Amino acid sequence: MGRLSRLLPKLALAPSAAAVLVCVYGFSLWTAGISLTPSTLLPRYEWNGLTAHAALWANPRWLTAVENLAVFAALFVVLALAAGVVLAVLLDQKPPGLAFFRTLFLYPMALSLIVTGVAWKWILNPQLGLERSFALWGLDVHVDWLTRPDRVVYAIVLAAVWQSAGFVMALFFAGLRSLPLEVRHAARLDGASAFAVYRRVLLPQLWPVLFSSVIVLAHNAAKTFDLVVAMTSGGPGYSSELPATFLFVYSFQRNQLAVGAASACALFAACALTVLPYLKAQARQEGAHAR
Amino acid sequence: MPVDGKKPALLAVLAAFAALFALPLYVMVATSLKGPDEILGGGIFAWPHGLDFSAWARAWGTACIGVSCEGLAPYFANSLRLVLPAVVGSTMIGAVNGYVFALWRFRGSETLFRLFLLGAFVPLPVVVLPMARLLGELELVQTVSGLVLVHLVYGIAFTTLFFRNFFVTVPQDLARAAALDGAGFFALFFRVLLPLALPTVMVTLIWQFTAIWNDFLFGAVFSAGAGQPVTVALNNLVNTSTGVKDHAADMAAALIVGLPPLVVYALAGKRFMQGMMDGAVKA
Repeated sequence: MGRLSRLLPKLALAPSAAAVLVCVYGFSLWTAGISLTPSTLLPRYEWNGLTAHAALWANPRWLTAVENLAVFAALFVVLALAAGVVLAVLLDQKPPGLAFFRTLFLYPMALSLIVTGVAWKWILNPQLGLERSFALWGLDVHVDWLTRPDRVVYAIVLAAVWQSAGFVMALFFAGLRSLPLEVRHAARLDGASAFAVYRRVLLPQLWPVLFSSVIVLAHNAAKTFDLVVAMTSGGPGYSSELPATFLFVYSFQRNQLAVGAASACALFAACALTVLPYLKAQARQEGAHAR
Repeated sequence: MPVDGKKPALLAVLAAFAALFALPLYVMVATSLKGPDEILGGGIFAWPHGLDFSAWARAWGTACIGVSCEGLAPYFANSLRLVLPAVVGSTMIGAVNGYVFALWRFRGSETLFRLFLLGAFVPLPVVVLPMARLLGELELVQTVSGLVLVHLVYGIAFTTLFFRNFFVTVPQDLARAAALDGAGFFALFFRVLLPLALPTVMVTLIWQFTAIWNDFLFGAVFSAGAGQPVTVALNNLVNTSTGVKDHAADMAAALIVGLPPLVVYALAGKRFMQGMMDGAVKA
């Protein structure tokens, strides 16, 4: 092998490696650095300590965003998981039309979250949407989540679950199908009910599927941006603000770069927290392989 | 694990879920075909009396977005101009990277691959600030080229992962035999491995198309005015229109934006699903 041919693979990889190192890792560090400066409209490379971080965590709008994220993420992950697992178990019964149902449950995943947001905003329209239909049917049910600061997060949860339940369904359906048939038959012969078989025997074996579903869902929850922009623009007031929308507003509209960067650090930390269990598991796996 | 003798109940539950999932799409289509009186007078679930396609024409050609009243059409064209090079480019980059990581390992290549993967977990809102400044330095602010570049960079992790995971399954003997025949780095790639990887190419193209067509964050930050992609235009149309709200046109616009990925999904749902699972499970 010539010298060139030994260099070629590295040369082919070099542009991507440079792009990842600079635009992912370098930029993350730059943002962290900016959060320690007094930057406003433009970056000012002067030391300002943790002032921006302190300002961030004293900002009621940010605290609302964090609180919203906690509620949103918890509800979104739990509901999307529940719906997805139920759908997977239903499909595992091999109903007629299985392919049709599977396609239907997954199509929201193909849509832009802006499209999803626009659709649900219309359905939840407090005058003309569901509320009107309920009234026409003679039902006194109010669907005014979008205009109520204390309920608006639920509206976003609803749209997000609709979008992602099919994803969980697909993962668990594939997981159930990959379980050896003997396990199913053996459990069945014991005379256990189908429900018990799923709960005690089959689903517990899908622990790795649950693991990756939760990580992906939690990670997506932490980054949620498009849905809020499309459905509420963070309102009413700033009652449906999430960290990513806060970051956007403070960095690009309010010209408070340092505060925006401080919120980016917090968002980064939240996402890192969701990935940590995955990294740990991977390290453990590799350790096992090495032995 | 079939639940015996419960087929009708099972089907009823499934049908109920199916209705819930289909409902938003149904409401969008129905609303887009109604006139203003029907929207103000009836429920959102009512099917329109006469089919009125004028809202589709307004959404496509005359609705006002910002100061211009040319509908979604020019923004749709922006998205097409952006998506084609970004999708093809990021797929090619991923193929070459995956090939090197799988078959041309060198000292530190595994670590580098880990770094690529880990980078996929960095939330994109964190990097948009410095990226905006870099594009400024490169004089690519608010250009299609700038947006393509951003999508290429942040597509690297996933496309590389797809191809690397495929290429590690290719028998090493095959590659070795070709190398013994005198095939060099590129010959081995183009003549032997890339043809084998066609299914992965399809999965990656579909995955990247969906991701980039549906992107909103990058479009919102790195483009402006007449250069915006169609998702940003849709949001502006729906959320900033003044005067009487044209709900039918809003819904038609949302459907127009949703249609390309839906068509791809309908045609290649299996590959779409495979991409989603590979991304989630093996990451």
